[in-house]
Amino acid sequence: MQRIGDAPRVRRLLVFLALAFSALFLLLPLVAIFAQAFTQGVGVFWANVSNEYTVAAIGLTLFIALLTIPVCLVFGVALAWLVTRFNFPGRRILQTLIDIPFAVSPVVAGLIYLLLYGRTGWLGSWLDGYDIQLMFAWPGILMVTIFVTCPFVARELIPLMQAQGSREEEAAVTLGAPGWTVFRRVTLPNIRWALLYGVILTNARAVGEFGAVSVVSGAIRGQTNTLPLHLEQLYQDYNTVGAFASASLLAFIALLTLVAKASLEWRAARREVHA
Amino acid sequence: MITLATRAGSAPKRVLPGFGLSLGISLMFISLVLLLPLTGLFGQLAGLSLAEYWAIITEGRVVASYTVTIGAAAVAALVNGAFGLLLAWVLVRYEFPGKRLLDALMDLPFALPTAVAGITLATLYSSNGWMGRLLEPLGFQVAYTWVGIALAMAFTSIPFVVRTVQPVLEDLPHEVDEAALTLGASDGTAFRRVILPHLWPALVTGTGLAFVRSLGEFGAIIFIAGNMPYETEITALMIFVKLQEYDYAGASAIASVVLFVSLALLLVINIWQGRFIKRLHGGAG
Amino acid sequence: MSIRLQNIAKHFGTSRALEPVNLDIRDGELIGLLGPSGSGKTTLLRIIAGLEAADREPAGRILFGDRDVTNLHVRDRRIGFVFQHYALFRHMTVFDNVAFGLTVMPRKSRPTSGEIRARVHRLLEMVKLEQLANRYPAQLSGGQQQRVSLARALALRPEVLLLDEPFGALDAKVRQELRRWLRHLHDELNFTSVFVTHDQEEALELSDRVVVMSNGRIEQIDTPDTLYRAPTNRFVFEFLGDVNHLEGSVRDGVLTCGDARLAVDLADGAEELLLRPHEVELREAATPNAHMPVTVTAISPVGAEVRVELEADWLGEPWLATVRHADYERLGLTRGMRLFAVPRRWHRFPDELSTTKPKELESA
Repeated sequence: MQRIGDAPRVRRLLVFLALAFSALFLLLPLVAIFAQAFTQGVGVFWANVSNEYTVAAIGLTLFIALLTIPVCLVFGVALAWLVTRFNFPGRRILQTLIDIPFAVSPVVAGLIYLLLYGRTGWLGSWLDGYDIQLMFAWPGILMVTIFVTCPFVARELIPLMQAQGSREEEAAVTLGAPGWTVFRRVTLPNIRWALLYGVILTNARAVGEFGAVSVVSGAIRGQTNTLPLHLEQLYQDYNTVGAFASASLLAFIALLTLVAKASLEWRAARREVHA
Repeated sequence: MITLATRAGSAPKRVLPGFGLSLGISLMFISLVLLLPLTGLFGQLAGLSLAEYWAIITEGRVVASYTVTIGAAAVAALVNGAFGLLLAWVLVRYEFPGKRLLDALMDLPFALPTAVAGITLATLYSSNGWMGRLLEPLGFQVAYTWVGIALAMAFTSIPFVVRTVQPVLEDLPHEVDEAALTLGASDGTAFRRVILPHLWPALVTGTGLAFVRSLGEFGAIIFIAGNMPYETEITALMIFVKLQEYDYAGASAIASVVLFVSLALLLVINIWQGRFIKRLHGGAG
Repeated sequence: MSIRLQNIAKHFGTSRALEPVNLDIRDGELIGLLGPSGSGKTTLLRIIAGLEAADREPAGRILFGDRDVTNLHVRDRRIGFVFQHYALFRHMTVFDNVAFGLTVMPRKSRPTSGEIRARVHRLLEMVKLEQLANRYPAQLSGGQQQRVSLARALALRPEVLLLDEPFGALDAKVRQELRRWLRHLHDELNFTSVFVTHDQEEALELSDRVVVMSNGRIEQIDTPDTLYRAPTNRFVFEFLGDVNHLEGSVRDGVLTCGDARLAVDLADGAEELLLRPHEVELREAATPNAHMPVTVTAISPVGAEVRVELEADWLGEPWLATVRHADYERLGLTRGMRLFAVPRRWHRFPDELSTTKPKELESA
């Protein structure tokens, strides 16, 4: 097989350029995070990580992610099922609407929630009458996190479910399977890996969201500080090592995400070869 | 037969189950999470007269922030277009040690929290950082200039280009290469005349998405930008600054511009992509 | 179980897929729905299955035996459906695929797992796949997948079996084998079957009766034999095989077309006659009734016959004639040879009125 750009000289040059660019642009920052976190040794790193405020920030971050994932999961599956299994007017619009969080700047996302639920907003002032305050507290952080992460599961599922088509589900129905059985026994096994990857992406973004959260959190140390906000504060206080200790925790989650993605893709490729 | 009799009243409108349930969940979620909050923004904007609105969004410092943001985003998108294409090409067409690692690394900017990227880039390119120490003696100042802003934007958005171009390149049958080569085209000509036209839609879409993302990026930029008014202040930060000053009206006005521009761009990209898909694959695509 | 369709129509958005159609299928019959793509045959099949709902206006009815199933969900129609590309559950083994219908029955009526196992094994034996019970669909050949999908559809002992292009994706030899096997199965198990195909040979070989469709309309319903010998209109005639056209004007019982002449007992005027390839005889000399000089331009032996392509100045398009090997040798056919064509018989469809009204089937 003869392909364009196969000449050894061209190939070596292009591969070299790609590797050099990636090393400088992508790999170096990754290495720098961990190098900075450990500049003063493991002891200092550990002291920074086990600091009471850091622990509180980790706790809040995980708590938010834990609540965000099921919400996004239910929504993502419902939307994907809706737009890939039925034909109805407005289907296209729904599919476009779901992209909004990707296009909206995180700061703007935080802002619109603040304007609605904050004390000056029409819903916020009404809630205020009942002494319910959502902004500058964890419910606000949760709401904006759901906003910025809601497309991930749906975006993973829709192309896959579109490609798979609804023939297998139709076959299940002709064999008399009731609704949930069709989903549980036919659809779910075919989409589980995409679903898992959607969850991993949702988690990565939920854990790392900064712009939107910084608008609505109020950043009260030990109370409404998520890990990204916490590391920002440390960095602004010139506690670089502390900031990078927190950053390295987040970078570690990012690495896990990459590994998970690579292994899921590897799995999918292997199944294809098998078939 | 009893079940038949009871069910016969309702017509089999849809073969597959769950239309009502999934429609209900989707509509409720989209209304509550995506659309309802927008009413807050419009409510705030309604309190402004047209003249006031215009005055806010055309104020010198704000206009300067548009220029910085759009300029840096454009540079970042162009750089990403070129390098994204290179990376996608190398990942699809060549086998070399470390390829799987390189492929996995492409998603790092999406997986890495923006604030982490922000402080890392700021540290690397500050005058005593690893890169800054090398570049500054040569006269390249990256941190606290618009170059740094473009760098941060490029970092966070490069996966858009790579991951949009890659699948299209993978789907290109090798007969296309072979046809071009049997017709006597040189590698360069064959790439330009045969491969590139296939990749254009994906490349433009990817670059467009990268541009939109860069316009709104916040966390990765503010640490490296320096945030000097009129010089290195991005629009997202302008909104944030107004909020810190409790100037909700001002923040909303600027936010509405950002929101409008990004949604319009997204729509254009979607429509453009739809037309291209139709042309290449025929039918309603 | 008999199937009766009354006034069934279907629109997709504004485009019409099916004009109001009536169709009676007798108990135990094997019916082929034959037509080009876009003729509405698959839509009709899916409406019978309940996978597609017919238009509400005009209100049509679907009856299975005496039972009105018009508004019955596909789940409750108890039909067996074989999908075009089989639609096997790719994450389940062959065994689990076939057992699926039994395992999703309501708990009250569901057989025990032992009974299910026994029944699935009997089915797999019937389709000769008992050795492959633990394979996944992706590990099977096309023909094997097809048999799994049949076994799966038959597991619930449906009285109606519907098949959408059942042999479309298979190679010629496997297709032959499966056709014969399906016919056998049908006769043995005695269900009513309807299958969709675009292959006229398949429809003619397999069906008790064939429903020919075009443009969302039923053109003719008849036994394969009648259909081939006595097509009611031009579409059916042309769709069922190769056709040679002869256009000319008739005067005093002679049709003239360039320097070709043919004696016909038709009134004066313009005429178009249609001939099947086997209805064209080749001779070394003209006959008193036919003077039609032609030149042989291509010869290809295909199976039991030899296909001969003919050209002439008076022909707009080349003709195709099929001759027996014996005649081929007797005539010593070579390319460029000049001969005379003599029609054994011909067909004509002077007006196409017959195609505009939907055909109804005489019952019994």
